[in-house]
Amino acid sequence: MHQQTHIEVKNLNVSYGDVKALHNITLAIPDKKITAIIGPSGCGKTTLLKSFNRLLDLEEGVKIKGEIFVDKENIFTPGLEPTHIRKKMGLLAQKPCPLPMSIFDNVAFGPRIHGLKNKRRLYGIVRYHLKQAGLWKEVKDRLYEPASKLSIGQQQRLCLARGLAVKPEIILGDEPTSALDPASSKRIEEIFKMLKSRYTIVLVTHILRQAKRLADYIVFLYNGELVEHGPADVVLAHPQQPLTQEYINGVVS
Amino acid sequence: MNIRKDRRFFEEKLIKGIMRFCALLLAGLLILIVTTIAVKGFSALNLSMLVNTAKGGFYLGKEGGILHAIIGSFCIAGGATCLAFFISTPIVLYINVYRKKRSKLAELIRFAFNVLWGIPSIVYGAFGFTCMLFLGLKASLLAGILVITLVEIPILARGIDEVVQHVPIEITQAALSLGATTGETAWKVVIRQILPGIITAMLLAFGRGIGDAAAVLFTAGFSDYIPESLMQPVATLPLVIFFQLGTPFPSVQNRAYASAFILTLLVLSISLMARFFSKKLSRHRIDHM
Ligand SMILES: Nc1ncnc2c1ncn2[C@@H]1O[C@H](COP(=O)(O)OP(=O)(O)O)[C@@H](O)[C@H]1O
Ligand SMILES: [Mg+2]
Repeated sequence: MHQQTHIEVKNLNVSYGDVKALHNITLAIPDKKITAIIGPSGCGKTTLLKSFNRLLDLEEGVKIKGEIFVDKENIFTPGLEPTHIRKKMGLLAQKPCPLPMSIFDNVAFGPRIHGLKNKRRLYGIVRYHLKQAGLWKEVKDRLYEPASKLSIGQQQRLCLARGLAVKPEIILGDEPTSALDPASSKRIEEIFKMLKSRYTIVLVTHILRQAKRLADYIVFLYNGELVEHGPADVVLAHPQQPLTQEYINGVVS
Repeated sequence: MNIRKDRRFFEEKLIKGIMRFCALLLAGLLILIVTTIAVKGFSALNLSMLVNTAKGGFYLGKEGGILHAIIGSFCIAGGATCLAFFISTPIVLYINVYRKKRSKLAELIRFAFNVLWGIPSIVYGAFGFTCMLFLGLKASLLAGILVITLVEIPILARGIDEVVQHVPIEITQAALSLGATTGETAWKVVIRQILPGIITAMLLAFGRGIGDAAAVLFTAGFSDYIPESLMQPVATLPLVIFFQLGTPFPSVQNRAYASAFILTLLVLSISLMARFFSKKLSRHRIDHM
């Protein structure tokens, strides 16, 4: 199976003050596949995900060593503006977080800051991406209401539409279904399946079954270390490391 | 066993009682203050007070009003609040969004605001007066506005800082992850979330500004006229109240209470207006985080 690498991590070390969160991670995330980062809580999944789009920079006292290449560009190159790296990646947070503005303005925010002013084209983009996220039917009559009025499940789809509207190549999801009810979670999963032919998706999850349902590629972290990674069918069915075996069989969690 | 239980219930009741008493005390105090100035000022309260400026002999009990002081107070407090807003907001957004909330610089600036906040306004007045002497300026509306701006900056900045610190980090992250610059995140996203809080902080600062007598005493001067330029001296309500109360004439003293009543009403109505706008502006606020 030949596949291209989209994100390449080389010897990544991250610590918060004195707390080491990631040790020497080296890893390649395949293009146009769903990669699931799994592992018990506190093992560094969020840290790894946020290092991809330089959101880690915001944390207090964070120290980053190592390299990450996105499309062959080292994102830690000194002097590099992180905005164009971030623009390449849509982020779905653990708890959906709309911007403090209307539903329409949430989706239009990205295109607007990147220079689109034409009202009709904006409307078209908003409609298209709300449809992509399966939200259009529910909100088309109340586009100008506050986004915070939506249910949590709808908010997460709004966040997805908002992220897609900046035309990213990568979608990062940090346990994006963990705050949602089962029906909403299922919808998000279905949308991910639909999107994976066009986007590289990196999904942090601590739900093993979700990883089984969605992932093409698995990254298993434990205590800040990369224990095992590989194609999902291999890692999930025949884990090489004892720790992975134990985790998958529910011995450690 | 039972004794312990009784004791716990007794303590519970006692504490509740104390809390209720304090709440009542506060409410009572407020009512007492308002009724005192209303009752004492009632006889002197009339429309001509609101539409006339002080004529000759006003402080001796003759004809006139306090329109000039109302306008003066509004100009000073309003101007100062606007200026303080345009100075405080960038500082606060800078230390919270551009820099990390807990950075050394942020903590240093917060410390400075706390110190400035604690300085009595008479000191600001004296400082302003010294500056004016140095620059060869006379007491004027402009000087009053500038000094009250200094008084208000720490109030506004602390108020806004409090609100910005409570903006969920997820909002900032969401904006940044869409490729927004820090500036766009601060001025297009965070600012919307804190707008209602800013209004509240501005109201607090305005209230402090309009009620301040000490800082304007040296700097804004005093006058019987509505100022026609920034360079003219102005009267303010607190000083008018002070001078009226200082006269030996009961009828003039009553006017002081009437003036105080008007000042209170003005602050109250500004309060209500601010509440109204801050409700409107909080329509889009995210608060489930
Ligand atoms: N901002 C932070 N400051 C200090 N320690 C942190 C911070 N964020 C995460 N950590 C620590 O780093 C480790 C990894 O955290 P995280 O990446 O959030 O794990 P996960 O997402 O797998 O639950 C944990 O031990 C956590 O306590
Ligand atoms: Mg996490």
